[in-house]
Amino acid sequence: MKVSRNFIISMFLLFPAAVLLIAFTFYPTVATLIDSFFSTPRGRRPAAFVGLGNFERMAADPVFHRAFFNNLIYAAVTIPVSMGLALAMALLVNSRIKGRGFVRLAYFTPTILPMIAVANIWMFFYAPDYGLIDQFLGLFGLGGTNWLGQSGTALWALIAITIWKLAGFFMIFYLAALQQIPPSLLEAATLEGANYLQRLRRVVLPLLMPTTLFILINAVIEAFRLVDHVIALTRGGPNNSTQLLLHYIYQVAFNFWDTAYAAALSVVLLSILALIALIQFGFLDKRIHYR
Amino acid sequence: MPILTIRGLNKFWDTAHVVRDLELETREGEFIALLGPSGCGKSTTLRLIAGLEEASSGEILLDGRDIAALPSAKRGISMVFQSYALFPHLTVGENITFGLSVRGESRKVQAEKLARVAPLLGLQALLDRRPSQLSGGQQQRVALGRALIAESPICLLDEPLSNLDASLRAEMRNEIRSLQRRLGITMIFVTHDQTEAMSMADRVALLREGRIEQFDTPEMLYSRPASTFVARFIGAPAMNVIEAAVFDACGMNVPRSSLVGLRPEDLYPVERGLPGRVVQIEYFGADSILSVDLGVTQCAVRLQGRPSTEIGTTLHLGWDADAFHLFDAETGLRQDITVPQPKWTELQPA
Ligand SMILES: Nc1ncnc2c1ncn2[C@@H]1O[C@H](COP(=O)(O)OP(=O)(O)OP(=O)(O)O)[C@@H](O)[C@H]1O
Ligand SMILES: [Mg+2]
Repeated sequence: MKVSRNFIISMFLLFPAAVLLIAFTFYPTVATLIDSFFSTPRGRRPAAFVGLGNFERMAADPVFHRAFFNNLIYAAVTIPVSMGLALAMALLVNSRIKGRGFVRLAYFTPTILPMIAVANIWMFFYAPDYGLIDQFLGLFGLGGTNWLGQSGTALWALIAITIWKLAGFFMIFYLAALQQIPPSLLEAATLEGANYLQRLRRVVLPLLMPTTLFILINAVIEAFRLVDHVIALTRGGPNNSTQLLLHYIYQVAFNFWDTAYAAALSVVLLSILALIALIQFGFLDKRIHYR
Repeated sequence: MPILTIRGLNKFWDTAHVVRDLELETREGEFIALLGPSGCGKSTTLRLIAGLEEASSGEILLDGRDIAALPSAKRGISMVFQSYALFPHLTVGENITFGLSVRGESRKVQAEKLARVAPLLGLQALLDRRPSQLSGGQQQRVALGRALIAESPICLLDEPLSNLDASLRAEMRNEIRSLQRRLGITMIFVTHDQTEAMSMADRVALLREGRIEQFDTPEMLYSRPASTFVARFIGAPAMNVIEAAVFDACGMNVPRSSLVGLRPEDLYPVERGLPGRVVQIEYFGADSILSVDLGVTQCAVRLQGRPSTEIGTTLHLGWDADAFHLFDAETGLRQDITVPQPKWTELQPA
């Protein structure tokens, strides 16, 4: 059989991307899945097949439970709040207000900063007594709160940082989508008697749905992916109150070197994300694209 | 009694004065065309009436009450946008009833009115489709349906046919006109296409740089243009506007402060008249357009069928006395003075 020139060239062109994808995405995924059914090799003892052993251990692991539960709260709060704020900010800076260029930039700034820098800024905000928040609260006789240092407030402190960082990022997408809406649609709605809220609910929001889906997927991924600030500020503490799934995986893998258990945890995280993506693309996607 | 009266309407964009002292009066059930070249302020005028832009000064009276200060929703005016502005996420039915629905009409009333409007536009079978699943002409009908269902006394249309192809445009032209007659609504229709305006409108307002140049019936616009601008705008090819001195050649004494207007279709060959050299012949089947060089200017002449004249030959032109229009050379305005016309010696049939 003679292989055509085109075929050879196309293979050649696909090769670099394929190598990268296989080496850094597909191979690790499969390897992780396989590793999750084995024990961690230690010293002279090689990895042994343990079946679902790692997963059984997970079911009984209180730290995993805590991380899972924390992550649920973290996602359930950061996703809707950051998206809602993003939409509100986009609507504001899309309207004809004075100095909107400045406001746009101000809202977007947190996005440009690296998370580590953000964490350092907020460390100063949260510092007990001399931090910005406590100094402000001190004016009212409140204060002396160690926001990051006590279990009751630490997770919420991190949630606030995440929202602050993500809202500006999502706003950019909403802003771009808002500017895509033809002004004549809103004029037609106005002429037909729709007030601002009716225009928002019946015209703007439906037309923003594809963007909302896109942002939602990003927000979900960020809710499970973004742990830089946990590492920089709390390392999961105090008392695991800010333990999140990905951070726990990181600790298990690189602090405790229990790679097999970390692999099993990764498989669980991956399954959660895959399931969410499946719901979003399979179900929502069909209902919100009008063209 | 006039249903819509516009007095002294002005609109500035920063320093640009785009609508200047506009005066307009329409009777109930009239079909008015706003005609003019691109950028003359047609859309702006329409948007001022609809309340989508704020007037710098002036009065807009609808049924005797001043609506200039009212928000657009309260004016009782409906509008068809050039791009149709259909809501892509709503079905055809929902698009048409959008206004009723936001105004809180019951579903029953909405359904009743929809059932009345849809057949008028032949949309019964399409009510559950989305705009993206419709052809241009069908989208146009939906936009029209949305404007008609509210039963507003006045409907504004901004170049509603410009996105359609030629045959569909002719069809929609008739359809809109007959619908308008049947329902007795007043329509104000923006277009830059003179055939559209002439064939559809009861009266045409010809705009130039934000001013009304002439507001009259199509017949008057054609037969008694108020200025050289109107003369040159209406008719295809447009009226010839010729310097007075040219007419010395046929022994006429036209005042030097005037310009002469002669329509190409009003000119015919005679044995001894205004002489000119034929420089170009365009044949269209039913008629031909000849370009005739008169010395200082060229003029167009429309003749039936294919003329026997050849390029390069000299043609003598004649016209009837009432086809001879005079305009002031300075202001371009029409002059009603009579100039003695020569007696043409008729061409002897060869
Ligand atoms: N939002 C605006 N800001 C500034 N100038 C404007 C604005 N809208 C229109 N203009 C100006 O006003 C003038 C009239 O515009 P308008 O849209 O009414 O023209 P038109 O007669 O509808 O032209 P067309 O046939 O091309 O649609 C133009 O010179 C235009 O540049
Ligand atoms: Mg226009």
